[in-house]
Amino acid sequence: MAEYTLRIRRYEPEKGLPPYWQDYKVDLEGHRSVLDGILQAKDREDGSIGIRCSCQAAICGSCGVRVNGQAKLACNTKLRDALKRADDGAIVVEPMGNMPVLKDLIVNMDAVHWKKVQRVVPWLLPEGPPPEREYVVPKESMIDVTQSMACIHCGACNSDCLSLEVDPLFIGPAALAKAYRFVGDPRDGQTEERLRDLAEDAHGIYDCTHCFSCIEVCPKGVAPMDQIMRLRRKAVHDYGINDQNNGARHEGAFTKIIRKKGTLDERKLLQDSLGPLRPQGGLALLKALPTGLRGFARGKITPKTALLHERLPGIENVQRIYDHAEEHRTELNLYIVGEGGEQDEQEPAMAETPEASATTNGGQP
Amino acid sequence: MPEHDVLVIGAGLAGQRAALSAAQAGASVGIISKVHPVRSHSNAAQGGINAALNPEDSWESHAYDTVKGSDYLGDQDAIEIMCREAPEELLHLEHMGVTFHRNDEGLLGTRAFGGASAARTYYVADITGQAILHVLYEQLMKHAEVHRYEEWFTTGLALDETGHCAGAITRDMRDGSMELFAAKSVILATGGNGQCFNPTTNALICTGDGIAQAYRVGAPVMDMEMIQYHPTTLAGNGLLITEGARGEGAHLYNAQGERFMEKYAPNKMELASRDVVSRAEQTEINEGRGFPDGTVALDITVVPRKRIHEALREIVNVGRDFAGVDITKEPIHIKPGNHYIMGGIKTDVDGQTEVPGLYAAGECACVSVHGGNRLGANSLLDTLVFGRRSGAHAAERARSMVLNPPSAALLAEEERQIGDLISREPGQARRVSELKAELGATMDKHCAVFREEAGLKEALETVQRLKEEYEGVAIDDHGSVFNQDLIGAIELGYMLDCAEVTMISAIHRTESRGAHFRTDYPERNDEEWLKHINVTRDAEGKPHISYSPVTITQWQPEERKY
Repeated sequence: MAEYTLRIRRYEPEKGLPPYWQDYKVDLEGHRSVLDGILQAKDREDGSIGIRCSCQAAICGSCGVRVNGQAKLACNTKLRDALKRADDGAIVVEPMGNMPVLKDLIVNMDAVHWKKVQRVVPWLLPEGPPPEREYVVPKESMIDVTQSMACIHCGACNSDCLSLEVDPLFIGPAALAKAYRFVGDPRDGQTEERLRDLAEDAHGIYDCTHCFSCIEVCPKGVAPMDQIMRLRRKAVHDYGINDQNNGARHEGAFTKIIRKKGTLDERKLLQDSLGPLRPQGGLALLKALPTGLRGFARGKITPKTALLHERLPGIENVQRIYDHAEEHRTELNLYIVGEGGEQDEQEPAMAETPEASATTNGGQP
Repeated sequence: MPEHDVLVIGAGLAGQRAALSAAQAGASVGIISKVHPVRSHSNAAQGGINAALNPEDSWESHAYDTVKGSDYLGDQDAIEIMCREAPEELLHLEHMGVTFHRNDEGLLGTRAFGGASAARTYYVADITGQAILHVLYEQLMKHAEVHRYEEWFTTGLALDETGHCAGAITRDMRDGSMELFAAKSVILATGGNGQCFNPTTNALICTGDGIAQAYRVGAPVMDMEMIQYHPTTLAGNGLLITEGARGEGAHLYNAQGERFMEKYAPNKMELASRDVVSRAEQTEINEGRGFPDGTVALDITVVPRKRIHEALREIVNVGRDFAGVDITKEPIHIKPGNHYIMGGIKTDVDGQTEVPGLYAAGECACVSVHGGNRLGANSLLDTLVFGRRSGAHAAERARSMVLNPPSAALLAEEERQIGDLISREPGQARRVSELKAELGATMDKHCAVFREEAGLKEALETVQRLKEEYEGVAIDDHGSVFNQDLIGAIELGYMLDCAEVTMISAIHRTESRGAHFRTDYPERNDEEWLKHINVTRDAEGKPHISYSPVTITQWQPEERKY
């Protein structure tokens, strides 16, 4: 047994007071969870601490909280691990971010999380009446969407999403991962409509800034950002959707420049992303002029880099990366390759087998 | 007063399925749940759902396996219905969007499961319950006409002056306001009561609410002594390792490295039915052939690594996060642990209880399809088939009647009682958590894999003493918003009622059948005990025992061997 200090952020709306911190000492072995600690404090000392919890096994998704500033499930965060990241010996537990707090560690998931899930039309829309028996679909397609199905809607990804923090209207990682569950499902008959909807929404798939927070905090390996990237690839490559948000154009410009030069030519990126030959592109470029001028003023852009962006030495290695990536365009999910992408020693790597990449690619029967 | 034709209480698989089927039949439906529906404990069903869908398989074979698994206590008419309707229900789920595992031809693929004579378990990796629960919730989001009351706690059922169930008294957990619901029919789908035991695989919310609520308004409960101990749970925290692991080929070993199931079930080995495997393990442990931590070993390393990732990924996580074991590389220590109650509120095959207007479905109900022992992957099937049937029947019943709202006096009385509890000063009474801990330890000690009279009687005395102590409990939280302290206290009351009935039934059944093994009566006794024990609460609030016959259609009881 060891003694741990939990510093819990308390908020009792009925008292009309601002939130405050309260310390609780708990006696538990280090492999026990932060939730075990909170439950002990509730049982022994103060039954009024509010936290949603149920399964204690990381499957119900109730106990999403922030531990030492990062979203976690309290039930699968060990006390000894949490202590390692604690600043002054106290494990700090507070409600998740990006959602209004109702009481103590309980947030309003409906106002944010579920509202966004509802936004992506979260039910299967098959074409026509169902078959007499089951839909016949490739085995890999079901395994592929199972990664999104593994989402337990704990809200950790939305809590720590940096884009959501600056744009509360962003559909967000959880709902977009849910969207992939339908887009990647060959039984759904609205794949293109769904992709177009999510690409054209100004707060849709192109609002993700690639910060990896959602992947880091997801307790179930859903990797929401990976699902968002899958949505983008499908939108652009499989359905040729050139969205009004310049998402597709920006991504195309970015990859083209890096392939050619090895580093980013920001002047060209801006120009190519907006498309100067389109009327609205020219206008946007004009609006971006002050940004460019500021770049000059601060020395970020020099006449030399602006006119003659040099290639990186060893550019052929960058191009080899591109070649590899294009050959293996679709990532295989955890249900196929396991944690950390480890492979069976005696078996050939799954990523090399053509049928696996073929089926997860299109997902169409 | 919110009014609905059909009011469903509980939003796990049985509740959501009932709500959807009642809505489809044209009823106005409300569904109440004390947690958000996707937090329901149906999530925890890992392994799969049984259905005789393959042309080589038959519903008769599925039914026979279920009858045999139940140790002949299951009602065969109900079992026939469940097994006949299983393929259609499975296909319905598939069409709604459940991402069931496919075989190489792209058709639904199966895995083997315990006590089954064919591989007929359909699955989504090892998150089958979660996948189905989330897909049903997708349908609830789609069908916005079903009114959802999420995070509303039911404090009791409301009867009208004729004794018919006419609604429920509830508390909106977000602001503490109390509400009386009026309904033509009420369907209880509140799940099991595993929290009466400690440890248990059951979530903190599994506190027997509906079973106790029905019992309190006079509905008989049945087979309450039949408690399943799952063969593979982690020592200490009681977390579940799916039967799917053994279905995929994992072996059990004692500390001497013997594959001990050879002695107990030479044909089915690790895939004998759960009561048989749990008893075998407990025998090994009791006779000194277990590990020092009171366990035996489950060796999953025999399953190819690729297959583990594809089909048992959650177990990889559970092993890593909760036991510090990489199950792809080493065996994991397990023991039998409390898992499921076969008994519950007595219903007919349409979910009707003996209180008019009151239905029950899922784990809180006892149809009885599981009898003395439930087969793995039959519980999801039970929730869905009888959830659907209850919803449809309740909707049909509502069509031909007018709403008769319950008396507002019921609400006033409930508000008064809850107000008393919230404002009560802590006197000499122990804390709710202490009473709950003693209950859990007592039940696990005396009402587990092996039972005998002296222990059971001691446990009953403890439960009855706890009930007296419970009358004086006080709580810390005096607020309205998310007063979980209050909810916990009310839940303890439900658990104590359930536990008392279980102990009474377990003492009463002086034979060994299914999960109920009496060391003082080690044989099955069909002559005296091929019948259900029913318990009803009499006018003074005391439990009253009666019997009902087991329905036998085509399978006469015979010796049970695996």
